[in-house]
Amino acid sequence: MKRTLLCSLLAGMGLITATAAQAQVSDNVVKIGVLGDMSGLYSDISGQGSVLAAKMAVEDFQKSNKPNFKIEVVSADHQNKPDVGSNIARQWYDTDKVDVIVDVPTSSVALAVSQVTREKGKAMLVSGGGSSDLTGKDCSPNTIHWAYDTWMLANGTGSAIVKNGGNTWFFLTSDYAFGHALERDTEAVVLKNGGKVLGKVRHPTGTQDFSSFLLQAQSSKAKIIGLANAGGDTINAIKQASEFGIVKGGQNLAGLLIFLSDIHGIGLEKAQGLFLTETFYWDMNEGTRQWSRRFASALKAKHPTMTHAGVYSAVLHYLKAVDAGKTDDGTKTIAQMKTMPTDDPLFGKGSIRADGRKIHPAYLFEVKKPSESKNPYDYYKLRATIPAEQAFRPMAEGNCPLVAKK
Amino acid sequence: MEIFGIPIQAMMGQLLIGLINGSFYALLSLGLAVIFGLLNIINFAHGAQYMLGAFGAYLLLNKLGLGYWWSLLIVPLVVGATGVVIERTMLSRLYKLDHLYGLLLTFGLALIIQGLFRNEYGSTGLPYSMPEQLQGGVNLGFMFLPIYRGWVIIASLVVCLATWYVIERTKLGGYLRAATENPQIVQAFGINVPRMITLTYGFGVALAALAGVMAAPIYQVSPQMGADLIIVVFAVVVIGGMGSIMGAIVTGFGLGLIEGLTKVFYPEASTTVIFIIMTIVLLIRPAGLFGTQK
Repeated sequence: MKRTLLCSLLAGMGLITATAAQAQVSDNVVKIGVLGDMSGLYSDISGQGSVLAAKMAVEDFQKSNKPNFKIEVVSADHQNKPDVGSNIARQWYDTDKVDVIVDVPTSSVALAVSQVTREKGKAMLVSGGGSSDLTGKDCSPNTIHWAYDTWMLANGTGSAIVKNGGNTWFFLTSDYAFGHALERDTEAVVLKNGGKVLGKVRHPTGTQDFSSFLLQAQSSKAKIIGLANAGGDTINAIKQASEFGIVKGGQNLAGLLIFLSDIHGIGLEKAQGLFLTETFYWDMNEGTRQWSRRFASALKAKHPTMTHAGVYSAVLHYLKAVDAGKTDDGTKTIAQMKTMPTDDPLFGKGSIRADGRKIHPAYLFEVKKPSESKNPYDYYKLRATIPAEQAFRPMAEGNCPLVAKK
Repeated sequence: MEIFGIPIQAMMGQLLIGLINGSFYALLSLGLAVIFGLLNIINFAHGAQYMLGAFGAYLLLNKLGLGYWWSLLIVPLVVGATGVVIERTMLSRLYKLDHLYGLLLTFGLALIIQGLFRNEYGSTGLPYSMPEQLQGGVNLGFMFLPIYRGWVIIASLVVCLATWYVIERTKLGGYLRAATENPQIVQAFGINVPRMITLTYGFGVALAALAGVMAAPIYQVSPQMGADLIIVVFAVVVIGGMGSIMGAIVTGFGLGLIEGLTKVFYPEASTTVIFIIMTIVLLIRPAGLFGTQK
């Protein structure tokens, strides 16, 4: 089965395979660099979990495909700084023979590393960073955007809330590339559905105290306070909103990017009732449960976030493409990946578009009440499934220069 | 009525919030000022010790079932005791050397402590609930004031003023100040100067831990919380004048206010504004607002 699929692909991709047949995996080693936040604000979302996910993918690939090349995984901490991230990327590509960089949370870093990757003709698989610009105006033939993006979050959570009557919004926005993109994409959804934006505040990343901003949101009388931020910022905002009686006063919070680890940190008491959109939850089906148990048993019982799942899925597909294309050349492998359908236990069947967007369904979840949760990490109720073809921005609307405009 | 386009009611709310944040700055910079003023140690571990205070409260509640009020009492004592150990075993060897060595040692300690906690508990942080008696809030007309925040402002004002009083107005404080001026003479009067210095460091650390316990219900109990705050607190101490107790208290509250106002007019700059003020103050008064040139 696998072989027939491969043959048909090879036949279909005559031109690429003709050059790929001569090429080879450089020095017989495929080196994967996990570039994440290992010590800061996003280290529970990315961090050691992403390294583990990459290693699990390598393990599974070696078991199933028995490749004739070696695979190594290295990792580094970009400290959420674009300059640090691009310096590591340069050093990895130039002297350490890294072939592909994965994870890369913090959109500003992801955009910078994507640029370096393009210059060097290597490959990058983003699952941590969120800005939809990665497959929009800043798209690259060397980058694939995996787990989620700001457009998907905005449309998943945003439109569900507006349709349920939450038609006036106030944004608390993290003041960097990701926050701006999330705010822009959500605002568009709100306006499109007939809602209004009454105000916005842009706060520095890593703000401890949100009370001033929450007071402004409160006095705006907006029905929904949209949190266009992530990690510790979102957690502090939610926690302090409950202190200021925001929800009791009739306003609601919309967490536009919330990970499972964030809910774990806030506790169900304060997080209950929140709507959020994710593309992966550990308790979806037997496949996701089995993988997540394996993950948790290796990482102090912590359950995987959608970023971790994205790293696993992306690395697995990348390795399959290297194997199929017989090369670890970045540009060629990314092209190869786009021609092959994706399939793994975490995201199910999917595909990769020409603009570098990985396509799979997204899910709208509601956070359970403490009384509904039976086990640790039993946090979400599925509210709606957004089919793959609707979950992400239509390619024609992204303004990606790689895709010819019609 | 409006001031620069902001309704006066909203402005009052922001000022009150600024004052509350300022009380954390004051409490933390007070500990730093005490330690620097009397020991000449630039205690970079202060942020980590503040974080230890918050974790102490979390652990007492979750491992021993002791609530917030016990934490307020026990945690500063325990964390202060670790301060005593650090002073006895490490810092006391550095007094004859340049300030920089103390700074480097405490900075290293901070990194180690934070690293250990991050490994164990992750970066997202842990939830800590407010004590029942302090939940809820009061509607002041211009804003909704959570009772807990009101409590923080009063508690830290009391602690700050009591500390100032002890150091500046009592005999014990007099000995302390004399010992830093001329330890030999004070020792000759039969006062155990090394022990006094040890206890002073322990006290400064306990103040950081107390601030940590008070912060736990508002912020996430997270390994990063001290590192995020310490630079700001240092700026507060520098603006107030290194070692000046009153300077630390007044600038702590004052900068909280200024930061609060910045969050209304230009929120993007709210974390930078303190450093801009620091630059201006250092240019005009290099010893800080309340400092004296030595």
